[in-house]
Amino acid sequence: MAIFTARNRHGGLKRYYDVNGWLFIGPALVLIAIFLLYPIVQSLTLSVYSGRGMMMKFTGFGNLVRIYNDPIFWKALTNTITFFIIQVPIMIVLALIIANALNNPKLRFSGLFRTAIFLPCVSSLVAYSILFKSMFSVDGIVNRTLIGLGVMDQPINWLTDPFWAKVLVITAITWRWTGYNMIFYLAALQNIDRSIDEAARIDGVPSWGRFFYLTVPMLKPVILFTTITSTIGTLQLFDEVYSLTEGKGGPSNATLTLSLYIYNLTFRFMPNFGYAATISYVIVVLVALLSFLQFYAVRERR
Amino acid sequence: MTKRLMSDRLTARLGSGLRYGLLSLAAFLSVFPFFWMLIGATNITADINTGKVTPGAALLDNIRSFVAQVDVPVVLWNSAKIAILGTAVTIIVSSIAGYGFEMFRSRLRDRIYSVILLTLMVPFASIMIPLFMMMASAGLIDTHIAIVLPTLASVFIIFYFRQASKAFPAELRDAAKIDGLKEWQIFLFIYVPVMRSTYAAAFVIVFMTSWNNYLWPLIVLQSNETKTITLVVSSLASAYYPDYGAVMVGTILATLPTLFVFFAMQRQFVQGMLGSVK
Repeated sequence: MAIFTARNRHGGLKRYYDVNGWLFIGPALVLIAIFLLYPIVQSLTLSVYSGRGMMMKFTGFGNLVRIYNDPIFWKALTNTITFFIIQVPIMIVLALIIANALNNPKLRFSGLFRTAIFLPCVSSLVAYSILFKSMFSVDGIVNRTLIGLGVMDQPINWLTDPFWAKVLVITAITWRWTGYNMIFYLAALQNIDRSIDEAARIDGVPSWGRFFYLTVPMLKPVILFTTITSTIGTLQLFDEVYSLTEGKGGPSNATLTLSLYIYNLTFRFMPNFGYAATISYVIVVLVALLSFLQFYAVRERR
Repeated sequence: MTKRLMSDRLTARLGSGLRYGLLSLAAFLSVFPFFWMLIGATNITADINTGKVTPGAALLDNIRSFVAQVDVPVVLWNSAKIAILGTAVTIIVSSIAGYGFEMFRSRLRDRIYSVILLTLMVPFASIMIPLFMMMASAGLIDTHIAIVLPTLASVFIIFYFRQASKAFPAELRDAAKIDGLKEWQIFLFIYVPVMRSTYAAAFVIVFMTSWNNYLWPLIVLQSNETKTITLVVSSLASAYYPDYGAVMVGTILATLPTLFVFFAMQRQFVQGMLGSVK
């Protein structure tokens, strides 16, 4: 105790507190500054330059003009946004329904179901992309099963048809990430007081009504969190499309995403760091804009 | 009244049947690709391509073919080294920072924290070019240090530990202070043991991210001696006519360590996740 009073007399408690604060966060701050903040700023600087490899010239808004006139960029942007608009809602709704079904106290084997549905998140992005590629080949197991069930009578060219290639990518991502989001909802559901749901049930509110008017509103913060992380993930999509299409972006660029285009611009074609950096900022702006919109949508309805 | 009760019971039974049906379907679809991977490793490529779902006799041939194309010990060692060292340092640095942000709050540090959180929105693709140029000028291309360095201070893990630190009882800290423990001693001897399940969950998350990391190693690691299992399996699979039997053996090898870590720590993992959502 003597130490504390001595420190107090010299007004040193605040200093002691500050010194410790900086010591604890210091190492992380240095690393973040070098490997995260500096590259973010550097990327912005690069975006006003253009040229091949390390020989770069100042172009000002030149890269923006080039983006505007680049059909492949627009294709990649449209694909990325298509994946986002279709995939994220499907996955969030599925995860919610599954979490809600799992949360029933009378459910048997709930641990088994939970583990099984979470299992896809354990697989690596590359490994599961390879598995999907082989399952969805023309004579593969999926086509055979669908034909056997009478769903269709011609095999689908999942990997070479522009439309079905997109469907395949969406299916694959949904398989990989639904369980991950489901765990967040399940965790949140278990923190919710069950008596509210019970009271509504006794008052005769049907289960779909309880789901929409009680469960979903109470999960709003978690839904917002998972929607934003899924948005970021989908807009950054790379591993899956790279592995499913051998890095080419699929039939006539049908599955080319912004991240894959940036990779191609930087490491496959003649490297143009400046132009690639400009496109990467398009993703930053998109993520920021969409996150803001999602926040706004949730705020307003409250 | 009785009529309503009966219809209630009917819908309840229907609902419960529907629930089991839905969950069974979801569980089946979730597990099937893993089953497909195991079966595939025992079949010849032609059978895999035509969707054979029964085990074959080609397992040894597939292993032989995989071993002939890949230097398995080196590749596994590369992956393990990156994942284990990277995960250990990441968790140490990031948990110390998360704890520090929560325990020693000041207006400046809070502001720095919110700036750092904003960077979660920045996709990796937009910092990868400057990072690559940085590593190139430091002569670190094709080294494992270059893979690990940018991941050491993980914003997500800092955030995760700060959230979890809110549940760390203040009385414990006060008692330790009165006993004369220094701040680093409080962290090391009291905080770390108390937050075991938080650390376990963080370990699972960081290890999986690190083991499965693809884009950055794909850019940085260029020679066969430095490549990770994920990179090697992916390049085998992208051949024009992939030898799927061997590829399946590779995907099993690439998936086993994360499966093992997950099952070994599943209970703590779920507990740790529960703590972070509260």
